[in-house]
Amino acid sequence: MSLPPGVLGAATTHMNVSGQPSATPTRRGTELAMLGFVAGLVALALVVISENQTQSLNPNLLLYVGGYAVLCAGAHFAVRKFAPYADPLILPCAALLNGLSIAMLYRLDPVLALRAFNNGDSYSNAAPKQLIWTAVSLVVMTLTLWLVKDHRTLARYGYTFGLAGLFLLVLPGVLPCSISCAGGAKLWIILGPVSIQPGEFAKVLIIVFVAAFLVSKRDLFTIAGRKVLGLELPRLRDTGPLLIAWAVAIVVLMIEKELGASLMFFGTVLVMVYLATERSAWIWIGVVLFIGGATVAYKLFTHVQTRVTNWVDPFADAQNDGFQMVQSLFSLGSGGVAGSGWGAGHPELVPVIQSDFIVAAFGEELGFIGLAAMLLVYMLLAMRGLRSGLAVRDTFGKLLAGGLAFLLLWQVFVVVGGISKLIPQTGLTAPFLSAGGSSLIASYIMVALLLRISDAARRPQATRPKPQAPIAEANTVLVERPS
Amino acid sequence: MNKPLRRVGLAMMVMVLLLLANLTYVQVIKADTYASDPSNRRSLLEEYSRQRGQIVSSTGTILANSVETKDSQRFLRQYPNGAMYAPITGYYSSLYGASGIESAEDDVLNGSSPKLFVRRLSDLITGRDPRGGNVKVTIDPKAQAAAYNAMTAKGYTGSVVAIKPSTGEILAMVSTPSYDPNPLSSHSSTDQSKLMDQLNKDQNQSGMNRAIREKLPPGSTFKLVVGAAALSNGTADATTPSLPADASITLPGTSTPLANFANQACPESSNNQVSMTVAMKYSCNTAFSTLAGKVGKDNLIAQAAKFGIGQTDLSIPLSVVPSTVGSIPDQAALYQTGIGQRDVALTPLQDAVVAATIANGGVRMQPQLVKDILAPDMSSISSFSPEEAPGGPAVSKDVANQLRDMMIQSEQHTGGEGKVAGRVIASKTGTAEHGTTPKQTPPHAWYVAFTPADNQQIAVCVVVENGGDRGLAATGGSVAAGIGRATINAYLSGG
Repeated sequence: MSLPPGVLGAATTHMNVSGQPSATPTRRGTELAMLGFVAGLVALALVVISENQTQSLNPNLLLYVGGYAVLCAGAHFAVRKFAPYADPLILPCAALLNGLSIAMLYRLDPVLALRAFNNGDSYSNAAPKQLIWTAVSLVVMTLTLWLVKDHRTLARYGYTFGLAGLFLLVLPGVLPCSISCAGGAKLWIILGPVSIQPGEFAKVLIIVFVAAFLVSKRDLFTIAGRKVLGLELPRLRDTGPLLIAWAVAIVVLMIEKELGASLMFFGTVLVMVYLATERSAWIWIGVVLFIGGATVAYKLFTHVQTRVTNWVDPFADAQNDGFQMVQSLFSLGSGGVAGSGWGAGHPELVPVIQSDFIVAAFGEELGFIGLAAMLLVYMLLAMRGLRSGLAVRDTFGKLLAGGLAFLLLWQVFVVVGGISKLIPQTGLTAPFLSAGGSSLIASYIMVALLLRISDAARRPQATRPKPQAPIAEANTVLVERPS
Repeated sequence: MNKPLRRVGLAMMVMVLLLLANLTYVQVIKADTYASDPSNRRSLLEEYSRQRGQIVSSTGTILANSVETKDSQRFLRQYPNGAMYAPITGYYSSLYGASGIESAEDDVLNGSSPKLFVRRLSDLITGRDPRGGNVKVTIDPKAQAAAYNAMTAKGYTGSVVAIKPSTGEILAMVSTPSYDPNPLSSHSSTDQSKLMDQLNKDQNQSGMNRAIREKLPPGSTFKLVVGAAALSNGTADATTPSLPADASITLPGTSTPLANFANQACPESSNNQVSMTVAMKYSCNTAFSTLAGKVGKDNLIAQAAKFGIGQTDLSIPLSVVPSTVGSIPDQAALYQTGIGQRDVALTPLQDAVVAATIANGGVRMQPQLVKDILAPDMSSISSFSPEEAPGGPAVSKDVANQLRDMMIQSEQHTGGEGKVAGRVIASKTGTAEHGTTPKQTPPHAWYVAFTPADNQQIAVCVVVENGGDRGLAATGGSVAAGIGRATINAYLSGG
């Protein structure tokens, strides 16, 4: 799909390829205004933090506020150039969460550095790193938008992506522990100062593959099998792909000792199968498989048992196994409805507060009100993605958008539910919020794909396509006899 | 495919709703339970981020205050003259809790005391940061400094307590060797644990407040209690020579000898008998152990109790280890008890109370370290009022005066430094043996004294452990008296 001329301007009237004034506004102005609002909010957050922590304004605030604003502007112009008709809320939502994350890390850095110093450890500030990762992520997002001019081209490389994803997913599992183990899980590739979580990228690649696969084999899944208890079960041989996904999830769980990644992977594939087939039977089959897998995992792995025990009653062993969970609940409870104020709480008492438990820090300092607002931002982001799926015309785009949007919210659910004792805690990172490059880059790739799909959905057609009714529904037409 | 997409969207909204419902439970319904859980360290840290009140001396000099810092804990506790006042202020540590006044008056200092309620309310309305109240202690900086400097100048291990006899206000409370509480209150846990380890390993127990936490045999200073019992019960009077002047006697029912200091007979005897005044003046052991035998176990224990010995619940408001005269199983033990040996063990504070009681005409005042509770703006909220100890006067005014006169004579006979011409002091020294080989162990040197003049009263007790710098030759007069006088002089010279 080639670029329409004149998209670089902020003009509300665009000329499409055929030279007609477009009726569809690009909404880039809305996006810019929202980004400006977001940048202001983040700047305010940093000022509040600085005031609360040191009763003065630290000059390095300017660096963060300025750097963040420049990045927002850069991202905006990238979208303006490469996806001018993209949804105007997706980028600001992502940028807001990303900015709040930088602010929270900026707030946590001094206390964590002090603690490390007191313990005789070294600590390097997470906020500047996160700002750099944001820049890298936005470059990757721009590259994705530039390379993927039409999301449908991705479908062509479905199997390539699938293999690459699978490779990345199991890579840390087969690598020696010295370069892949950290925090009790085998999820990383640690190369000197940089540690990458290939699983974060794998999940995006696999979603692209699954979408492509399901689109190509869509008919297969819709063939009805036997009807049991009012449910039309698919034929056994058609459950193959889901069983494979389930098996991969179990394998990942086994070799990488990571509950969250397999849960993410399996849940998303399940929903995508449902999206592709429109048959709820798949959901029930998936749930049964999940319960089976979970039971097996619980029986086999002590770390899964520990997680479940901590979920049932973290206070039973509050000083050891239950410590993280108890501290997280203390953090959330101490925040209460209105929160302690940003920079005025003690989220540093919660272990791994920068990554796995960063949501607890928000809950403590911004309170239930702040955390609820952030969850709504996540929901808005996911809903805009889903809406792009509804609006886009091709099946692959719909599936991909649905899968990505669900994955985002599913991960939020597992992370936030985990730290607030709704479900057993897993070692997942909160998208856009947790410190770390891999998660952030992967999240922005997802944003890029959603932007691309929403751009395709809203972009005026170069030539108005003739309405093509499916052949079954098409009216009988007089077919001219070839002469 | 739009229908399932919409359903998935609905499911996503349900997921967010579930999260919000659960967060409502955690952050609203259970919030107080989690916030006030004892193992939630936030309330403790909250306290550290509030400006803690000051501890000031009776003249207003700052002994402990909190200064604002730029780091996350906001306030740093400082002790300007840390080691000198450590027995009073104690420390305030994020790792090890608090001690001394920091602990005893914690609710005032951290601002949670009900006494500060009205001020807290006004802070709330005016939106000021809540601050702690201040504690003014009874300590006189001149007396404290003189006593501390005198003890540390010679490297003595021991303690000095000075009391205002008429009120029970503690004017000085020194314990040496001392420690600097500043590192314990620092924001560096490494500094804190380093000092705490050091204090725990310290053979000299620098961290202990010897004035109230350590009891030692009082030696001859206990003769005051024996004398008081004898005079009150009419066992003997002050002037009639009725007590043996022998250099040595044998303890009844045993073959163990009990000798006077340096094995000398008591001077100024007639027919080998001395009066109580003479025996007190020369601190004759044979006379006083015989006197204790005459007084009897029950009378002696009762008299000791009237001086406060054995009181288990004394709090100044730092809790004080109860002193004891021991169980006195037989007459031999009673003889030894009569000269402050055997199982008699007094805290330096208790011995100072004995002197202060005699100085106050026999009326024992409750010793007290807190003079005033002050609001954050230094206005007084509740000030100390002198309180007589329960159980009535320890001795009659007449008996107290007789003891005082004996002590004035004793002081005239006592050597040591620091005598000032024209200043009358009443005192009693003690040289207490201790340990498993008493004759080979340097004795504890005691000195209790007071100034009898009407409007310039101070009572002191000095104990220098293990002979100070004189080893086996140490006596109460040669080692401890000078320190006691230095304290008295410093207090009185400033008026």
